[in-house]
Amino acid sequence: MTESNLRFAKLLVLVNAAVPATLLAWDAWQHKLGANPVNFAIRTTGMLALIFLLLTLLVTPLRKLSGWNWIIFSRRTLGLYAFFYALAHFLIFFGFDRAFSVSSTLAEMAKRNYLIVGSLGLFVMVPLAVTSTNAMIKRLGGKRWRALHRLAYVAAIAGVIHYYMQVKADVRQPLAFASVLAILLGWRLMESWRQQKSARTEPNHKSEVVK
Amino acid sequence: MKEPNRISPREITPAATYFNRRTFLQTGILAASAVATGLVYRRLNHPAAGKVTTAKIEGLTSVATNGNEGFRVVGEAQTSLENITHYNNFYEFSTDKEEVAAKAANFETKGWQISVEGLVRKPRIFSLADFLKISPPEERIYRMRCVEAWSMVIPWAGFPLSRLLEAVEPTSDAKYVAFETLFDPKRMPGQRSGVLDWPYVEGLRLDEAMHPLTLLASGLYGRALPPQDGAPVRLVVPWKYGFKGIKSIVKIKLVAEQPPTTWNLAGPNEYGFYANVNPQVDHPRWSQATEQRIGESGRRPTLMFNGYEEQVGHLYAGMDLRVNF
Repeated sequence: MTESNLRFAKLLVLVNAAVPATLLAWDAWQHKLGANPVNFAIRTTGMLALIFLLLTLLVTPLRKLSGWNWIIFSRRTLGLYAFFYALAHFLIFFGFDRAFSVSSTLAEMAKRNYLIVGSLGLFVMVPLAVTSTNAMIKRLGGKRWRALHRLAYVAAIAGVIHYYMQVKADVRQPLAFASVLAILLGWRLMESWRQQKSARTEPNHKSEVVK
Repeated sequence: MKEPNRISPREITPAATYFNRRTFLQTGILAASAVATGLVYRRLNHPAAGKVTTAKIEGLTSVATNGNEGFRVVGEAQTSLENITHYNNFYEFSTDKEEVAAKAANFETKGWQISVEGLVRKPRIFSLADFLKISPPEERIYRMRCVEAWSMVIPWAGFPLSRLLEAVEPTSDAKYVAFETLFDPKRMPGQRSGVLDWPYVEGLRLDEAMHPLTLLASGLYGRALPPQDGAPVRLVVPWKYGFKGIKSIVKIKLVAEQPPTTWNLAGPNEYGFYANVNPQVDHPRWSQATEQRIGESGRRPTLMFNGYEEQVGHLYAGMDLRVNF
């Protein structure tokens, strides 16, 4: 992948990820969000946040399995969009559903478990967004940065549970999200288990060869 | 040594042209991918819209009223026909409120029958035409409060359930009325999923069923009920959460014991048999204190018994509404 092709690929992700937000804003402007516009916007942005979280978590497995190392370029953009949609999700709830009332938002959040779980998901994404720059990666050091960014798993789990908890009866969609997430996280567990195993067996193997 | 390059300098595309072509190509790819993403978004996520073309109801009378009976809401705008018919909780077709209208569009009600049975002196299987002749259609403008904390104001057409009950003459053992929706997964595709136990069943206490506000509706906005709103006949109990208003009724049975009800079976801690609108008793997972009135911005406070306390409060005198939610 040449430098300029990579730059173009970045642009592709950047633009396409903004398309749903643009259409949602356009539809809102045109009063075309249906019977319950606020709810529609909340649902749409929430769904997009989950989709982008899963896409972000898909990058590494896909990269390892396919050998396309260059796709790592998209992870930061996808992750930042996940944060952007989650933040929009919260702000629309705060602004239009709770009429910008901090007290009513906090009162509602304190009482509703699904809001607590959802807020947790958004909350842990804040440090991830803040430390997403190259300078911050350098400052933290790769190891610490990677450890911190495992919070993305927490955000995705919280997001899916938050969705599951407020569905009335039809849990098929949240379960679909949960299944995909389980596969993505399961793959990571398998990988780290395999790495630990090979790290343990390798020295023995070498000594055997020496003998 | 071999000559590395046999292409003559004249054949090489000039840099300016090359980069122009590249920019052109990239712009094309960018635009095409954005359009594709937009189309996917639109396909997966679109609010519903459309027209209603059901028949006009003949001889609809507007009940003269001073408003005290609760027969017509005053001072609150009616929800648009478009919104009433494109935002529906009707799991027999879809669990997506904005998808019900499209899924129900071809629902056929020809040959519809309604069986009225159980503890009555005159049980009878009505054809739809005979059923609608029980009493002349009246217009009633009611608030409709969904358990999901949104609401509408709907001009229904129908007649009081009490007229039907008077016609079939319940025996003295009858204490409750049980209702049942059509079960036909071919015509109601949502019934192929196990989201709820089918058929949908609902029930009322006999005094609730006899209350003058309790309506068997066959139309709205002066037209026959569109399929998505419960064609051909549905129940409307304006002081209760919307899920009590069972749709597409095929059976009405008078019984001695409290009958099972679908949402209560699905979530006994969340949906009670009574399901009276009550801003003081929250759903375990969300507040019932306020509601999103469809078509309005901002939320309004939810009223006790959905604003019908004066008319129905006495039915529940002495009852603990936290226990009997």
